[in-house]
Amino acid sequence: MAHDHHPTGISRWLFTTNHKDIGSMYLWFSFIMFLIGGLMALLIRAELFMPGLQFFEPNFFNSLTTLHGLIMVFGAVMPAFVGLANWLIPMQIGAPDMALPRMNNFSFWILPFAFSLLLLSLVPQLFPDGPPNFGWTFYAPLSTKYGPASTDFFIFGVHLMGISSIMGAINVIVTVFNMRAPGMTLMKMPMFVWTWVITAFLLIMVMPVLAGAVTMMLTDRHFGTSFFDAAGGGDPVMFQHIFWFFGHPEVYIMILPAFGIASHIIPTFSRKPLFGYASMVYATASIAFLSFVVWAHHMFTVGMPVAGELYFMIATMIIAVPTGVKIFNWVATMWKGSITFETPMLFALAFVVLFTLGGVSGVMLAMTPVDKQYHDTYFVVAHFHYVLFPGAIFGTIAAVYYWLPKWTGNMYNETLGKIHFWFSIIAVNITFFPMHFSGLAGMQRRVPDYNMMFEGFNQLSSIGAFMLGFGQLLFLYIVINCVKGGKGKATDQVWEGAEGLEFTHLPSPAPYHSFEQAPEVK
Amino acid sequence: MSERKNSKVVKKVIGLLGLMTLFTFAMVPLYNVFCEITGINGKVLVSKELYESVEADKSRTITVELITDINREMPWKFNSTIKKLEVHPGELNEVVFYAKNYSKSTITGQAVPSVAPSQGSFYLNKTECFCFDQQTLKPGEEINMPMKFYIDPEIPDHIHTLTLSYVLFNATSKSSSSLSQR
Repeated sequence: MAHDHHPTGISRWLFTTNHKDIGSMYLWFSFIMFLIGGLMALLIRAELFMPGLQFFEPNFFNSLTTLHGLIMVFGAVMPAFVGLANWLIPMQIGAPDMALPRMNNFSFWILPFAFSLLLLSLVPQLFPDGPPNFGWTFYAPLSTKYGPASTDFFIFGVHLMGISSIMGAINVIVTVFNMRAPGMTLMKMPMFVWTWVITAFLLIMVMPVLAGAVTMMLTDRHFGTSFFDAAGGGDPVMFQHIFWFFGHPEVYIMILPAFGIASHIIPTFSRKPLFGYASMVYATASIAFLSFVVWAHHMFTVGMPVAGELYFMIATMIIAVPTGVKIFNWVATMWKGSITFETPMLFALAFVVLFTLGGVSGVMLAMTPVDKQYHDTYFVVAHFHYVLFPGAIFGTIAAVYYWLPKWTGNMYNETLGKIHFWFSIIAVNITFFPMHFSGLAGMQRRVPDYNMMFEGFNQLSSIGAFMLGFGQLLFLYIVINCVKGGKGKATDQVWEGAEGLEFTHLPSPAPYHSFEQAPEVK
Repeated sequence: MSERKNSKVVKKVIGLLGLMTLFTFAMVPLYNVFCEITGINGKVLVSKELYESVEADKSRTITVELITDINREMPWKFNSTIKKLEVHPGELNEVVFYAKNYSKSTITGQAVPSVAPSQGSFYLNKTECFCFDQQTLKPGEEINMPMKFYIDPEIPDHIHTLTLSYVLFNATSKSSSSLSQR
């Protein structure tokens, strides 16, 4: 196209306001963070291969678990979803770009600075007492009174990530409310757009809470306030309430877009429309609403009245109902469909099955008396890794395979994709399934040493983790190979059963500027 | 046209952001008020009550257990002279707590009370308590601190034992204002 000119070289990426460029940068950034966080996971698993201390001081081990959690949550999963939102939302609603393109550029370029602040804490010359070591949940007073000097860099890093997420969320909301093609009513929006709008509202509502919590930490550390210091009339338990008031919606921020992705892929490869579209929308909204009223199930062991325990237990279990509706709808979509098993479909199916497994252990953890035994054991680690790895990350990988031909115009190597899938699904289960057993038997999280009796389970987990980690390099190869030409040109529709404006109204690869004339949606 | 439409939505979203920020900081006082009203957390109103000479209910006896703890940054000895006493609701009782500064520096302590069962915290009224103020002890200095309380006769029948615990914190860095007053 004649007007398709844009700066080249580094300035293209520094100054771009194009949603596709920014989406790509987000995705690459999150993949780099995924590798860094993954490397830390492998160091953790190497230490845990045997009981006793092999490689790291306990304090540095704690720093590794802390940074692994923070990087994966804020650096890998969340930016990956923002990247997908950037690429897909304008194309799916027939808009030429995001509503606020300059802010879009800004919100991405904050992230490298945020994570530099966090990763600087690894430089021992700057921080002799080491990186943050209090877990990604940074409970006070461990993070206030006893936090290392690098805690302040962590605090400002979190502020920056929060600003970036908030700007990303504002952009999604404004784009979806103002820039839908004529005829695209709210209840005709693709599921990915719906789940992202709801996610954006969650972000807008809880990121200020996170920012507030770390600000209170900062003033407690340096300006003599006592928000969380009992000696000055504060309350450390209040920190946990504030943190989890942010933290529980946050876990849905990390899964709702993956729900949207599965709701595109499963209908495509089942060659049937999504079963129960309206109920999917309402289920997503109810999950988001419920996420605000269940936070204290993370803290049953701090002690609360029986009435409180009952309330938080029942409210938590109620979340299984809308989630069950969604799982039922995905299964019903496949029912009597002409299913084929291309790589995106395989990952989406693994997502449904393994996310459900993580959901079931979540219901177990919701039971107060049971939780008091499981609290802070590897059972919890197994639970949240099942919803995050085969949930959020398989969801993202499925999305990349599904839309990559649309983005690049080339088909990826299907054989390698299938190998990547089978390797990942076997490795993910070897890694995380044994943690259920070691956790039930009493192995605590966040401790570098463990009882000899857990050695077998831990060796399995470590072997699985190394397979899983190195398996993702194959994914990197497949993506680069596809960008460079892959297995030939993709058709405009890419997949036989694909629906949606990006497949029906745009060529492959999607042009740099798409939908300058809004399409007509019937 | 669309820019005005955009800024309208942006303003609304920023309004929501502002509300949530306010809410976050409002959580701090709300949390304390909530805990004090419901008695959850065993939080006790740290305020002086006047002893109205109500008639003591001699028919009921309530065991009051006293527990003391020191925060690990506090180089003091801190205990109560008796561990347990039997009281009748309505009568005024006095117990004495003892503290000694073992360190080589002047330290200010703050005792934070808590009552279990938390429901009982409404009925345990203190007329005099060292926890109302901070204590500053010079190196080697010791102190006997009286605490007077009475139990409201309206205390529910199912409560037979009240456990009153004090945790003593090092508040030296937080006490500059109170130090200058002395």
